[in-house]
Amino acid sequence: MMKPCPVRHAINRENAFTDDSATSDGIDGIFGNRNAMPLFNLAWNYDERFAWDGKELSLERQALEPVQNPIEMHSDWDDVVAKLATHPEYPKLFRLAFKTTTITKELTTKALAQFERTLISANSKFDKFSLGETTLTPQEQNGLAVFLDESRGDCFHCHGNPNNPLWTDNLFHNNGLDANFSDLGLGRVTGDPNDNGKFKSPSLRNLAFTAPYMHDGRFETLDAVIDFYSEGLQNSPTIDPLMKKVEDGGVQLSNQDKADLKAFLLSLSDPSFLTNPDFQN
Amino acid sequence: MPKIFTLFMISILLLYSCSEDRDDNLTLQTDAKTTFSFTHYWDDTQITSSDFNTIQYTNANGETLSIETLRYLISDVTFTKENGEKIVIEGYNLVNLKTDTNLTYSPLDNIPLGTYTNVSFTFGFDAEDNIDGAYLDLNSESWAVPNTPMLGSVGGYHYMQLEGKFTNSTTPETGYAYHVIRAADGNTNPPTIEETFIEVDLGPITIERDINFEIKMNIAEWFKNTFQWDLTVWNTMLMPNFQAQLKMNQNGQNVFSLGAVTQ
Repeated sequence: MMKPCPVRHAINRENAFTDDSATSDGIDGIFGNRNAMPLFNLAWNYDERFAWDGKELSLERQALEPVQNPIEMHSDWDDVVAKLATHPEYPKLFRLAFKTTTITKELTTKALAQFERTLISANSKFDKFSLGETTLTPQEQNGLAVFLDESRGDCFHCHGNPNNPLWTDNLFHNNGLDANFSDLGLGRVTGDPNDNGKFKSPSLRNLAFTAPYMHDGRFETLDAVIDFYSEGLQNSPTIDPLMKKVEDGGVQLSNQDKADLKAFLLSLSDPSFLTNPDFQN
Repeated sequence: MPKIFTLFMISILLLYSCSEDRDDNLTLQTDAKTTFSFTHYWDDTQITSSDFNTIQYTNANGETLSIETLRYLISDVTFTKENGEKIVIEGYNLVNLKTDTNLTYSPLDNIPLGTYTNVSFTFGFDAEDNIDGAYLDLNSESWAVPNTPMLGSVGGYHYMQLEGKFTNSTTPETGYAYHVIRAADGNTNPPTIEETFIEVDLGPITIERDINFEIKMNIAEWFKNTFQWDLTVWNTMLMPNFQAQLKMNQNGQNVFSLGAVTQ
């Protein structure tokens, strides 16, 4: 009944509640143009703008959209609510949760959103390091130094730091992917050309499980992502001022720094999140 | 007729009584709510977020530039009494002109009415308050300074993030990130740390009732007085640039001024 959500997020717990496709197919086998974002730590997205382009202004509102989207579920809420109402289990579950067996789309999206808020990932190797429970390897330590060095990785301005373990600023940036935009991103939502080519900074947690990367899933590996930031930047009018040495394609990291940065990034992955029994049917 | 007269008298008594009650409850205002409103200028031209993203300002060095981001932090608003006693309002306000957030700041604590020889605030955090990781809301704003040896292993927080693009006759449009932090040189042993927060004095004030202070920032000052900033030389990667941070502190001394005061 609800193919896209399970296919794109829930069935693939091993992908941190995303899928492994560059873009995702819906109920009719048609592919969209965006990579499905993984789902975790969403409760701390304080400005409540969700999706790559920020078009969804709360988790509840976000949950409304896929049902009606012709590429995703290609259905309507009346149909979904009717199916839930005749399901052998859901009316009872709604009564337990909401003290009513009258199922509505509003209650359904509340339930979905509240479940999403419970998807908390906080048990990576780096989390344990922050708690003093383990140590980083020298390679991971140097990778962190690259990450925090404004003249090398300078990842921290958009992707957090040990004091911001969400590993995202939850804001929108043009990170230099394209000189010309086939997808306007935030600009399509706001209508402001100054926002063209800007997309949400994704969290760097669980990168080990969430390939491919970027809003369109263009990079299949972390190595390709790091190469892009090092020497593949494309200039455009809205490129973020934090993207340095654009004329050279980027900051030209050494091979050692690239390898170390990758090792550090992988330390942000949380395997226990994938096996948490609370997230299983 | 007697009934009408009686009702009239009762009404008069009630009105009189109510009036007396109000008088009894009157209390003299002894303190005032203070509000600080932050406005922004390029010399005499006011800047709002609607002016962002367009290259239209010329700095002292002749580069033209745009503004895409302006965030800065002020803390510890202080009122100095005539006897020298200071009333410090502990707290901070992160102004974000890009999103028009926190353009007014109203501390929870009221201030006693009276004459003060100075009103001041700290641009950034002073050494006592600039504690690595201490403020959860600022942490999630990605406002932290990395706690790394290169930056003196002291961490803490940004004081300002001013970003945009600049160009001149020989330089194509290029990004700049004028980030002000505590100056630290991690290349010396031990690291050289220099506190570069700025105490901004607004001057004397007599507070008679609730009051609003307009705090004006002249952004052009960051580039001209007393150091003529060359964006072609210093545009990005300025956080670990100890000398650049000292020059920012130098230029920041005259950035703020007191605008309209209303009470």
